[in-house]
Amino acid sequence: MTDPTPLYMLVLSALLCAAVFYHVRDGARRRVFLAGQRPHSRSRYHGALAACAAAAACSVVYGVGLALRPAGDVLFDAGWMAATGLLGWLAGWMVSRRSTMAFRARPHVERIVRIALAALSTLAVLVTLGIVASLLFEALLFFGDVSIVEFIFGTQWSPQTAIREGQAGQSGAFGAVPVMAGTLLITAIALLVAVPTGLMIAIYLSEYASRRTRALVKPMTEILAGIPPVVYGFFALLSVGPAVRSLAGALGANVPTQSALAAGLVMGIMIIPLISSLSDDVINAVPQSLRDGSYALGATRSETVRRAVLPSALPGIVSAVLLAVSRAIGETMIVVMAAGRGATLSANPLDSVTTVTVQIVALLTGDQVFDSSKTRAAFALGLMLFALTLILNVVALIVVRRYKERYA
Amino acid sequence: MSRALARRKRAEARFRLMGRAAIAFALLALVWVIGSVLVMGAGALTHHRVEVSAMELVDPALVSASDLGAQQRRSDFQDGTQSVLATARLDQYLKGRDVVLSAEQVATVERWREQGRISRGFNTTLFTRPDSRDAERAGLKTALFGSLIMLALAAALALPLGIATAVYLDSFAPRRGWGGRLTRALEVNINNLAAVPSIVFGLLGLAVFINLVGLARSIALVGGLVLALRMFPTIVIASRAALESVPPRITDGALCLGASPVQVVFGTKLPMAGPGILTGSILGLAQALGETAPLLLIGMIAFMTEAPAGLTDPATSLPVQVFLWSDGAETAWSERTAAAILVLLGLLLLINGAATALRARLDHRR
Repeated sequence: MTDPTPLYMLVLSALLCAAVFYHVRDGARRRVFLAGQRPHSRSRYHGALAACAAAAACSVVYGVGLALRPAGDVLFDAGWMAATGLLGWLAGWMVSRRSTMAFRARPHVERIVRIALAALSTLAVLVTLGIVASLLFEALLFFGDVSIVEFIFGTQWSPQTAIREGQAGQSGAFGAVPVMAGTLLITAIALLVAVPTGLMIAIYLSEYASRRTRALVKPMTEILAGIPPVVYGFFALLSVGPAVRSLAGALGANVPTQSALAAGLVMGIMIIPLISSLSDDVINAVPQSLRDGSYALGATRSETVRRAVLPSALPGIVSAVLLAVSRAIGETMIVVMAAGRGATLSANPLDSVTTVTVQIVALLTGDQVFDSSKTRAAFALGLMLFALTLILNVVALIVVRRYKERYA
Repeated sequence: MSRALARRKRAEARFRLMGRAAIAFALLALVWVIGSVLVMGAGALTHHRVEVSAMELVDPALVSASDLGAQQRRSDFQDGTQSVLATARLDQYLKGRDVVLSAEQVATVERWREQGRISRGFNTTLFTRPDSRDAERAGLKTALFGSLIMLALAAALALPLGIATAVYLDSFAPRRGWGGRLTRALEVNINNLAAVPSIVFGLLGLAVFINLVGLARSIALVGGLVLALRMFPTIVIASRAALESVPPRITDGALCLGASPVQVVFGTKLPMAGPGILTGSILGLAQALGETAPLLLIGMIAFMTEAPAGLTDPATSLPVQVFLWSDGAETAWSERTAAAILVLLGLLLLINGAATALRARLDHRR
């Protein structure tokens, strides 16, 4: 059970700030009532300013207390609470003493709000940056052990290092080519399923379907996007995998249950809504005048779609596909559950292949210390994944922006 | 001429058919996914129990031994019999699955059945018990508590931070000069963060919270932090979209009446964007509820039989439990897994329904 005192202190501080707010606000109201004239700021701003001061004092006491606190010392905790109450109230009182009719409380409060908002958003950025830096740091440590050239061009992936010194096969091989090849194979299968289906759904819904069909089908496809990946993984493992296996068995081929085909198929199903909704947006953004011009020249509906709408929507569709690729490359649970783990270099979709994400999970879910090249290899793979998806996303965004400018 | 026309008409029909086929494929896939989980999981919602007298010697392959032991230690049994949990094997056999029992066991089961000692009831074990090595005793209590704690922490961190960032970017961030460049960098950063694969967040959590800060592996605190990081960009983007959709005439009107920029934001913009922000945040929460991969990386793969009581206790979550159970080879395990997925999907449905309903209600009021 967690020690609840810090939590109680937070609650106490919040209650104190609320009390200061109401007390000072009501004091200001009373003053306004007695004076019978308009003050500069409304009473609640006087209260808020005092509460801000109290909150600042409380957070300082909280931080200091948390740093100095010995575990389970009741006396210290009592003193901590007393200090919070006393200093918080004192800070609020000091500020509230300045509250007069002419006191400009609102600009002060607004400045504090602005600063707080800016601080919160910078905090978010700092977290991101720190996090990227740490990823980079771990990956660089890995590249100190294994050369980048070997990592990128090596065709051997067997990261199992020995437990004892001098055991056979002690230094694992870290060539990422088989892992990348597996990722690309599964991604390709997923795209083969998702791109035609998603695109045709988007075209049908925006060009052919009645409003009622659209209102019925669009949410249904979006349900597919809302199902968690782990469910798809289970589905691939227990429904699609055996189905592929028995189908191939009927055709005379021996296929493992965990095959690239099963994982790719299910991943394709998962990506359909991504492609269909993004393409739907861009197809709807194509100006009606283009279609009207095409009809006026005597083109049928499908000819209009193929010759006029699709070419002008192409940049948007390309960016949708790029986003789908980045999604497929980074997808983890489906492949962990349904694609297998052996790092074989194979282009056969009926083989069991491995992917970048599967390897990251495999390298980091064992019980081991986190400073071998084995665990660092996971960070190198993660960095590769991060860079790859980042590039894909940025390119997709640029393509979309260009496209938007064209029809803005 | 007419042949060319016929060809074009055929092409038109073909194209339309392809569109319908694509939709049919997607809907079929949806039905297949949900249907297969439903069919598999429905069985696990009920479980068999057997009436056993205290003095009787029972095959532990048929009746849960720990249940039997615990009950037989009690001196006050009613009518000389107790109702005990059937093992996963017996349960699967009684449900007509492909389970091989020995002739002797089959004879015993038939005798019990004739005596009316076997009953089938709602499987409360699934919801009230923690995880277990025995399929018949494994429940979702640990996972449900873990998900609840982590989501609460993630929401408590990511919601204020995300909404504050969105408000800042929308209304107060500098637009010109160096500040403007910084703002744009921040926007790009957040947009990219939303598209980063979730497993990378697990790596980040591992590197920062566990390796750098030194928090323990697989505790709820780390899981909540990682989920908060995951939710943050989603919430910022949804909130910004909602804030941007507030018509400028309203904010302009407020400014004309003499409101300060801060008053405009907190008095008109935020209340008007409220439903949108709420919906976006709830959808972010739903996404975090289904997240598995980052939690695996921070060590939530261990077998856990105790529900977490605080933030520093080891925890597991519902989707992670699904993943762990899906490893089980016997049909009883896949049945349980499917049932756990049903619970997960039910919760997601509830969350999404709540989002839709809240939105409709709040929009209506305005």
